[in-house]
Parts: sequence; C-alpha cells; structure tokens
Amino acid sequence: MAKRSVVPFGPQHPVLPEPIHLDLVLEDETVIDVVPSIGFVHRGLESLVKTKDYNEFEYVAERVCGICSFGHGNGYAEAVEKIMGIEVPRRAKYLRTIWLEMNRIHSHLLWCGLMADAFGFENLFYQCWRIREKILDMAELTTGGRVIYSTNMVGGVRRDITPEMGRAILSTLDFIEKELVPIRRTFLSDYSVQERTRGVGVLTKEQAHDLGCCGPFARASGINCDMRLLGYDAYGELEVEPITATEGDNYARCKVRLDELFQSISLLRQALEKIPEGDISVPVKGNPDGDAFVRLEQPRGEAVYYVEGVGDKFINRFRVRTPTFANLAGLCETIKGAKYADVPLLIVTIDPCISCTER
Amino acid sequence: MKNEIIVIELADLLENVLVLKTKGWRLSQICAAFRDGHYELSYSFADDETLDYETLRINCPINSVVPSISEFYSAADFYENEMKELFGVEVKMMKRDYHRRLYRIKAEMPFLPEEERAKVVRQPDTAIPGAIPEAMKGVSEVPKEDTE
Repeated sequence: MAKRSVVPFGPQHPVLPEPIHLDLVLEDETVIDVVPSIGFVHRGLESLVKTKDYNEFEYVAERVCGICSFGHGNGYAEAVEKIMGIEVPRRAKYLRTIWLEMNRIHSHLLWCGLMADAFGFENLFYQCWRIREKILDMAELTTGGRVIYSTNMVGGVRRDITPEMGRAILSTLDFIEKELVPIRRTFLSDYSVQERTRGVGVLTKEQAHDLGCCGPFARASGINCDMRLLGYDAYGELEVEPITATEGDNYARCKVRLDELFQSISLLRQALEKIPEGDISVPVKGNPDGDAFVRLEQPRGEAVYYVEGVGDKFINRFRVRTPTFANLAGLCETIKGAKYADVPLLIVTIDPCISCTER
Repeated sequence: MKNEIIVIELADLLENVLVLKTKGWRLSQICAAFRDGHYELSYSFADDETLDYETLRINCPINSVVPSISEFYSAADFYENEMKELFGVEVKMMKRDYHRRLYRIKAEMPFLPEEERAKVVRQPDTAIPGAIPEAMKGVSEVPKEDTE
C-alpha cells in the first residue's frame, strides 16, 4: 500500500505572492485530498463599512485588492447607485469601462508573468511584465495612479480622459498587441511549456459548473459565462463574446487568458471610438436605503457585491464574493489526483488573489 | 435578465435549493448579515444561459440551526464555513466542516456585533464522520491557538 502523508503547502511559498495554506494529503507523490485554509492577512474591510460614510467607503472598497482594484470600487458604486436609483452619465460609463479593461490587461499580464515564473521560464516572465509596464503607464497618465486609480465615486467618475490621452492609449495598445503575438506563441507552442500545461489539472465542464467556478478558470472548461454580457457600464454597447476553451487543463487556462488580452485591447479601441461627450458625474443626494446585488466580470471572474443600506450615511452590510473564493473549490478538485510537483502551477492557474479573498 | 431577492422560510430552504439545482442553476454565493437582532442569510444562484440571478433570503434568529446545502452544491461548504466562522451561524450536516479553521484568525465571530456574541450557543460537532480525511485527523485536532 502506498505511504500516506500530509504535507503543508504555504502559507509562505516561492510560488505564492500572498499567503494561502493547503494541507495536501499525499499517497506517495499523488495528491488524494486537499484541505485549504485562509485568513492569514484577513483585514475585515467588509465590517469597516459601518464606520465610514458611504461615499468615503468607495476608497476602502477599491483597496480590497491591489490588482483588480478599480473593479471593486466600481462594484460597490454600482450597488449603491442601484439602491439609490442613480443614473450615471453615459460618458462616465464608458470611462469606467476603459479603466476596467485596462485593469484586466495589467492583471492578465501579471498572471502571465507569474505563470512563466512558476514553470521556470524567467525570460518569458520578464517579457510579460515589461509589456505590463506600458498599460500601467497609461493608468498613471489617465488617473494619476498605477494600480489604485481612485477615480470612481458614487454617481460617476472624478476624472476625464482627454483626446490626447485617448490617442496615447491607442498607440500603447498597438504596441502591446504587437508584443503579445510572440508571447502568445511561446505560451501555446513552446514544447517545454506545453509539457507543464497540456493535460495537467483537468477540470471538466460539469465539475466546473457543480463547483460554482467562474471567470477564465471556468471558461477554460467550456462554460460560456462572462458577466460583461450583463451589459453593465458601457459593455451593452460594445461587442463582447466570451472566450472559451474545452480542454479544461492548464493549457486551456493560458489560452483563454491570452486571448482575453486581445479581446480587452479590442474593447478599449471600441470604447475610445464610441465614447460620447457629456458629464462625468451626477450629484448624489440622500442616503441608501435598501439592498442590492451587483455582479461584475473582474479579471479573475464573476465578483458579487452586496450592499445593504438602512437609510443613514453608514452602510449596514457590504459583502464581496471574490472570484478567487468561488474558485477555491475548483482548485481543490484540480489538485486532487495531480502530482505533488504540479501543485504550485495548479495554484497559479486559478490566478489566486488572496488579497481579494481576505477582504 | 432578472435579479431578484425572494424571502423564504428556513424550513423551505432545501426544497427551494433543490428546485434551482434541478433547473441547472449555478451556486453564485452565500452570505450572512446581521440586522435588527437576527441573521439575514442570502443564497444566490445564477443561470448562465439567461443571466438570471435569484437570491433566496432567510431571516432567522441567533442559534437557529441552518441545514447545509452542500449535499446539492458541494462548493457550498466553503461559504457555510465562512458564515459559521465570521458570524457564528450554526450550519448542520456540512460535507466538510473545517471546525472554525478555514479562516486562521484569532477573533471569534468578528462580523457579529460584540454584544451579540455571548448569545451564540455552540452546538456539538456537526461534521459528517469521515468528512475530514483520515490522514488529516492529526492535523485537524491541533488546537487552534497553537497554529496562530
């Protein structure tokens, strides 16, 4: 009979930028069960909502995550706007869409670099992050911040994008698109990369659905689920077609995210072309009284925001269900049956954001 | 595409969840809130084809025993353990009970108002025998404070 042992993985591990702990139950080199635990950097931001004015909390919501930050602020603002019946100007919706897609590009490129680093392809890692710098420069140009934008607010946005900035973004997009072609080819065609990705950590469509997975992780298993189809912000006026794959393995997850980079570039071009003139915010009066669920497509998948106001300036309950939390069950399933040496790569393929999960 | 909250009784939870499961809806999230002296539990489900979203809302007092839906949706136990650890909601028959160790935090029931925490009566262990793997027994029995 194979020898059974429990190996702790994390919370500190070279492949993990943030802490998560897995107890791996091994039979020889094969993982037969996984028990995850989180909370090592839990900040209790959700409960901070009771002590901040609902307008101020926008800044806290954005700081739930250091990567997909703009989306969290947007989700919170949209939930409050839904409760208060606020109609945001169309130009503000387009601006939000532009920053959301810039967020997605930098998040996916960050993931590409981490993935390359995880399988030991340092040059590819540097290349991905070199390109990522360009989109961060565009974020800095348009918002003043490279990661935390702080441009969102209940009722609209506080900064505009000038035509000069728009032209700079378009020229940067041309550069990124050109540079992404060899990156994509290396990820999907290189022999040694495929050795680590093809057929590893397969999650079937049925499993992904049953386990409530979302985002690129679920789409790589063939689930046609993308919250941008809801048409929030300006997505209803842009052409969005979810990118899916059928293999459900590491390779498919790479393919979906790489193709989503090109999709984001296309969405940014569409948004910059169609952005209307007009106001970027509306005045907000009163306090939120009621509750609402809002869903957004963050770079890692569907994020759910729940806001419950009780008629005063403090919110009673703010809840973020982050995509990483939803994908934890799927992660455990992909690890079961995998070789111990593949575990670090499998963790990276869900694009874990522990900062979000530890909100 | 609809997005609605439907208030139901605690006793009707499993029946309603089973209906959605049969229709092929995906479990999107479960969350707890505490308002006016009672828990507000929200179970949200999504239909990815029509993009419809439905939330089952249960209002129940502290110390209510909530049945687990992890038999229908196996990922539900993550959310249920979260409710238990952060709010003190007692969930019975979870497929996998982490025994308040999913979140490695010192504070007990940190999201429940401080004055309410003393009212929560801890129920005996409700995990299905064998839910934590045999090989993990030694690990899961380590007292919580020793790992912090």
